[in-house]
Amino acid sequence: MPQDLLYSKTHEWVRLSDDKQTAAVGLTAYALELLTDLVHVELPEVGRKLKAEEPFGEIESVKAVSDLYSPVDGEVVEVNQTLADNLEKLADDPYGNGWFIKVKLADQSALTNLLDEAAYIKQCEEEH
Amino acid sequence: MGATPLKTPLYDWHVSHSGRMVDFAGWIMPVQFTSIIDEHNAVRAAVGLADISHMGRLRFEGPGAGVFLAELLTRRVADMELGQIRYSLVTNDEGGILDDVLVGQYHNSHGQPFFMVVVNAGNRAKIVDWIADHLPKQRAERPGEEIIWNDVSRLWAMIAIQGPRSVELLQPLVDADLKSMKYYRGAQVGILHPAAKRQGGIISRTGYTGEDGFELSLGAGIAQGVWEVLMELGKPLGVVPAGLGARDTLRLEAGMPLYGHELSEEINPFQAGLGFACHLEGYDFPGRNALLKIKNSPLDKVRIGLEIPAGRRSPRQGCPIIAGGKPVGEVTSGTHSPTLGRPIAMGYVPPEHAQTGTKLQIDIRGRMEDAEVVELPFYGRNKKKK
Repeated sequence: MPQDLLYSKTHEWVRLSDDKQTAAVGLTAYALELLTDLVHVELPEVGRKLKAEEPFGEIESVKAVSDLYSPVDGEVVEVNQTLADNLEKLADDPYGNGWFIKVKLADQSALTNLLDEAAYIKQCEEEH
Repeated sequence: MGATPLKTPLYDWHVSHSGRMVDFAGWIMPVQFTSIIDEHNAVRAAVGLADISHMGRLRFEGPGAGVFLAELLTRRVADMELGQIRYSLVTNDEGGILDDVLVGQYHNSHGQPFFMVVVNAGNRAKIVDWIADHLPKQRAERPGEEIIWNDVSRLWAMIAIQGPRSVELLQPLVDADLKSMKYYRGAQVGILHPAAKRQGGIISRTGYTGEDGFELSLGAGIAQGVWEVLMELGKPLGVVPAGLGARDTLRLEAGMPLYGHELSEEINPFQAGLGFACHLEGYDFPGRNALLKIKNSPLDKVRIGLEIPAGRRSPRQGCPIIAGGKPVGEVTSGTHSPTLGRPIAMGYVPPEHAQTGTKLQIDIRGRMEDAEVVELPFYGRNKKKK
């Protein structure tokens, strides 16, 4: 699991751009392993304003559908359009090509609520 | 259920083979081993093994057993031949469905006939109570019509062997000719493996997947040994262990109802499209009079199959079905069909919306998806894939 990322309690990861103005958001390998059998992902339109902890989309497996929660405040500036057709490969590269959206941060404060790698791993272990 | 979930005789095997264990109807069961879609496809293309030891099994014997069952079940039992199995229902006095069951008649090793009734795990306690209420001691002990019955669910494991290669996989292990066994027939068989320690089992050509296949009941103590042999023998055939997740997508594609979804005490057999399982002219069983009335009146709703031809989001139980902007019914089960590659569902709507080809909508989490009424089953092994 990459150490340079931040993690939400709801299993999204965040990678800040070098200038710290934009955040790429994805779903962790742990979450993807729990989901399996992905059949659909719903992502927002570019321009959508997101508040931290608000649903921004949904990911659906054969068994169930789960909300995706925004870990940050900001505006969607890019959506990974290749994701929907490559869901079966998502788990192969969740932290690279598996990003879902990029968000231009309106506010940095939500970042302080996110977990670092160690805290996230601890949470996953407790959940298990 | 509240209480500690029960473990099947195959629990240890599941856990040591990365079965993802979940609570289901009072049991702890594997929902999947690898991927639901892979397990599903293996059953359609080759063969899969599923632990169904959670199914309730009730054994009836004695000279009064046949008549008692005929007076309990909606389906004719008295004319069943040895080795014959029938799908039947248990209804309450109002004609609501208490359970759907398989009843089979077999010979034991002493040549005595007995009946095995397979009930849903989640309904086992309810049906056991229902039987106890309808079978007072005086009746069970009536001279010449004695009935002995036992809940043998915990003594026997049950393994489903399902898929086009199931005959090939299972034949070396049993002393009956499986190829000549007809659908919905079964037999008491010897299990030809040292693990079986000369114990026999009951095998039937039945299943819940829409594929050819068998269900094997065998002693709890030998279940893991036999399961391991099947996994080993099945390697060249492409055998996989399949969990409850694949079992659900397989039965859904096959258009088979599931209790707690398509079936409940609030649903009657005619609404569910199970009129074929109700024989109303013979023995009097609970619900018969109510069902006679229902049969001769128009139905308020019927079970249908729905496909979402152009969408990707799957309807789930409870999603409203919409016609002309108004809710007219509800989805009872829905999933992404691995075989068809699109969302499918079953549900209930009034008959005027049930015609094949009717365009409806399903409200999935607040957003409408266009759906179309299709004939059930969605998938049949003898039906051409669309």
